[in-house]
Amino acid sequence: MQIRHKALAEGVELAVCQSEQFKTGLLSVTLAVPLAQRTATAYALAPEVLFRGSRNYPDMERLSAAADQLYGAVIGPGVRQRGESQCVSFLCSFIDDRYALDGTALLEPAAQLLGEVLLDPATEGGVFCKDYVAGEGANLADEINARVNDKRGWSIFRLTQEMCAGEAYALDKLGDAQQAVALGPQELWGHYQRLLEGARVIFYYGGSAEPDRVEQAVRRSFASLIRDRNTHLPCQVVARPGQGVRRVEEGMDVTQGKLAMGFRTGGVTMGTPDYPALLVCNALYGGTAHSKLFRNVRERMSLCYFVSSMLDAVKGLMVVSSGVEFAQFDRAEQAILEQLEAVRRGDFDQAEHQAAVRSVVNALLSRRDSQGQMEQDCVTQLLAVGGWTAPEELAAAVERVSPQQVAHVAGQIGLDTVYRLTEKEEG
Amino acid sequence: MEHTDYAALGERVYASKLPNGLQILALRRPEYSRQFAFFATRYGGMDLRFRGEDGTGWVDTPAGIAHFLEHKMFDTEDGNALEILAANGAVDNAFTAAHITGYYFEGTRGFEENLRTLLSFVSVPYFTPESVAKEQGIITQEIRMCQDEPETVAYYQLLECLYAHHPIRNQVVGTVESIAGLTPELLYACHRAFYRPGNMVLCVAGRVDPDRVADLAREILPPDASAAAQVDLGQPEPPGAVRPTARREMAVSMPLFALGFKGEPAPAGERLRQELVGQLACEVLLGPSSPLYRRLYEQGLVNATLDCYYDAAPGCAHLMVSGESRDPEQVLEQLLQEAGRLARDGVDEGLWERLKRAAYGGMVRRLNSLESTCIDLAQAYFEGEDYLRFPQRFQSVEREHVRQLIARWCTRERAALSLILPAGGAAQSRERR
Repeated sequence: MQIRHKALAEGVELAVCQSEQFKTGLLSVTLAVPLAQRTATAYALAPEVLFRGSRNYPDMERLSAAADQLYGAVIGPGVRQRGESQCVSFLCSFIDDRYALDGTALLEPAAQLLGEVLLDPATEGGVFCKDYVAGEGANLADEINARVNDKRGWSIFRLTQEMCAGEAYALDKLGDAQQAVALGPQELWGHYQRLLEGARVIFYYGGSAEPDRVEQAVRRSFASLIRDRNTHLPCQVVARPGQGVRRVEEGMDVTQGKLAMGFRTGGVTMGTPDYPALLVCNALYGGTAHSKLFRNVRERMSLCYFVSSMLDAVKGLMVVSSGVEFAQFDRAEQAILEQLEAVRRGDFDQAEHQAAVRSVVNALLSRRDSQGQMEQDCVTQLLAVGGWTAPEELAAAVERVSPQQVAHVAGQIGLDTVYRLTEKEEG
Repeated sequence: MEHTDYAALGERVYASKLPNGLQILALRRPEYSRQFAFFATRYGGMDLRFRGEDGTGWVDTPAGIAHFLEHKMFDTEDGNALEILAANGAVDNAFTAAHITGYYFEGTRGFEENLRTLLSFVSVPYFTPESVAKEQGIITQEIRMCQDEPETVAYYQLLECLYAHHPIRNQVVGTVESIAGLTPELLYACHRAFYRPGNMVLCVAGRVDPDRVADLAREILPPDASAAAQVDLGQPEPPGAVRPTARREMAVSMPLFALGFKGEPAPAGERLRQELVGQLACEVLLGPSSPLYRRLYEQGLVNATLDCYYDAAPGCAHLMVSGESRDPEQVLEQLLQEAGRLARDGVDEGLWERLKRAAYGGMVRRLNSLESTCIDLAQAYFEGEDYLRFPQRFQSVEREHVRQLIARWCTRERAALSLILPAGGAAQSRERR
């Protein structure tokens, strides 16, 4: 099950992962542009407006009915951030032809429906419908404002905003709530046309159909997108933190504190030679239930309800996220840093190293078992490094990582910013 | 081992019952990289009162004990099972719901070794006063975290409105007070009462050898074939909701709601069928292609967070709607109106055919996930039903059944509304460098 990818035009690619493993097929279109203050809100809003209705299915009820007819095809937009790119994606998951009760082919009509939503929207006076723009603008503003409801997610979001202030990375991929309600149909239409003309385009298909059949369906349904374009998608990697650790503390009406700590990975990112070692290092330090953070800070010292580390391998960041009692902030922070120090010293045994390697290998090979994860990985890699590395290949590199390499990579990791979400002060 | 083929779905399930009563189900999926194993007991957060070991008196246990037990099962004499499995590269976890506790792992290698670990740590309890005391600290943190989750608070507030005394009202995690009095003895008693092979199911999926799985289970699990303790779920519930509404203030950006319609539990053998009728009723009432959803969405009364689903446990069943809204009362009013219209006029035939087709596709899609499929198979087994016979169930369901369910359940007397309202969510910021 290899992924085959080819250019359909300059800056327009098609990746196909042919397999009979799943009951469904997945088709996605991703429009990728640099994340920018001026355009982020419009690019997050446009796909929501598109899913309010197309020319042939001009409202949600009819659009949804068309998807129901395709055995409940799941069709919808997704805005993703990859490094400092904003990826506006349109996804359609539909059951494989083999399981349709009446034996109809579903790939072609699904591609057609998706193409119609993107390229033939419902309009009023040549631009998006006014009510749809107003309604979705309000929804987007609500969604942005609702980030605060999930306290763990909020603490990580606030951390990266503070840590990467001044870098495009700190911008919200959903844009700005005030801009969202202020955008009018004419202005949004202009933005969307520029997105269609300028974005890098990636089509992805996973499912049982032959690549040729997929290409034909894509060419037929997305003809106007398949034109040359030249989009540069930069991502500023800050190898090391500035002078002094930046500290931010915010109060909120919560019963449990959240501690989020942001690190720079010393310039190690996806595609660099040390990347496999960084994966092992993260797993050993805080990525699994066998990690140092889990076993020591959570289990042995009982300092946190949860504590784990995660990577953004495109941007070169590591974040440690934990839930702690207010009184334990200082002790938890200290313990978390001591564990990193231990990894740097090479203070871990063969069993810990092996467990970390196994868990990374397991996670990589498991990606094969999810159509959605394969899509994510393929799009991420094509955007970040311009090519596709199979999970098996990366897993083999991970197996070769030595304890010395792990300690060396840990030595490159530097603490940049600490964010604490604590209880609200009285008065 | 015997197997059943489900031709329309392209599935084959091997099934066998061991002499000790353990049911084994194995779903062969040779094309998957991973293997998945799910080991579950028919025991959860609502099973608080059960018959004691001498068979005469009733034992009352504190809320949260099943969940506490789940946490403690990972302790073994050789260390923490999570770490043992993680050392092998496998990922494992567990969950406690109202009426089931499940333990699982997934991995790409070392399946048999991992399965040994799973079967052994779930069947051999090992508690000490120290480890119980320590866990009280950890779970107190988890309870605090749940108290900060608006959806969880809205959910239980709704159940308290709907039900007079059914134990589903109790939070699965319990309360800080209820778990404070837990002892190793009480935990051992619950383990003896409910973690018997005859009360459990082992469901595996992926590249697995069903006969090897059965051999390992036979080797590791106790031979005891006795039945689980009898559970008391209390008096039957009155048909109506006990309280029409409840509200609380939390740090949220806009009002969140959960509203429910109290229904009746399905008779034995009919639970999956009622679930299907209930799910289709939700789609007809408020699914993405329903007329009401479009109206509410266009009026700005609901957004994409809206969810409508059927929820049931032994002794209870209800329809539930949750989401964010500026005016949840208005959502309830329009929902009651729409239910009245559907009860009177029935379900539109075109809509019905489309929704059934879409729901069928949704269930086929769910089979992509080994996790979901194993859990669905296990839960259906506990109900005495066969999950993968859903194509047949689809054929037997008609729109009149959906109309009847809506007419009977979706009334003002059976409705309750739980609200979470914004209170000072804005963060205060201090910064120092």
